[in-house]
Amino acid sequence: MRIAVQSAPFDIGTEAAAFAQAAAEAGAVVTFTGIVRDLSGGLSAMEIEHYPGMTERAIRDIALQAMSRWNLIDALVIHRHGRLRVAEPIMMVATAAAHRANAFEAAEFLMDYLKSRAPFWKKEITASGAEWVAATEQDEAALTRW
Amino acid sequence: MIDVLYFAWVRERIGLPRERIETSAATVADLVAELSAREDRYAAAFADLSSLRVALDQDLSDFSAPLAGVREVAFFPPMTGG
Repeated sequence: MRIAVQSAPFDIGTEAAAFAQAAAEAGAVVTFTGIVRDLSGGLSAMEIEHYPGMTERAIRDIALQAMSRWNLIDALVIHRHGRLRVAEPIMMVATAAAHRANAFEAAEFLMDYLKSRAPFWKKEITASGAEWVAATEQDEAALTRW
Repeated sequence: MIDVLYFAWVRERIGLPRERIETSAATVADLVAELSAREDRYAAAFADLSSLRVALDQDLSDFSAPLAGVREVAFFPPMTGG
């Protein structure tokens, strides 16, 4: 299991290949990547603030839960902070399991929990100013299914 | 002495990322009341507790939690990771 909280960019392909290779006995590897998107058409950057120390701890706790609940062979979480440009990867999760159902479900669980239980805060920077992204009720509701 | 940390718009509204304070507050809610009484910027940041979250020693907690033995309190809005 690897948790990386970093400002540096990462390469999805390199990370996914290394993860799959290390989890040699896995029959299924699922990866998810979150990308900075420009829905309004005016986004110039995304600033991600985090709580050093608690971030790593919260992600580790979430990943350990996923490992045991879905009997994962391995799990990877990379999450960036700092200033990101449009189209840059923000974060990725990867799960390795014997069969695909567990790998998919565990990845969804990780995503749902990272969204509202890992201490990150996104701020959208546009030409007209900067605005904190608000958490949604759907984010919170997504946790109830687990 | 207790370290109090602020993140995202809470940090911006209060105007500092962290401070060390001397307090005899028994619970998080008591600490919030004490800070709010200090200055308007604190009162503004803590006006609506339903829009805030609190962590005690880096674990999510709630406003009724006791502060005994706690070294670090953090206030922040609901998280938006992922």
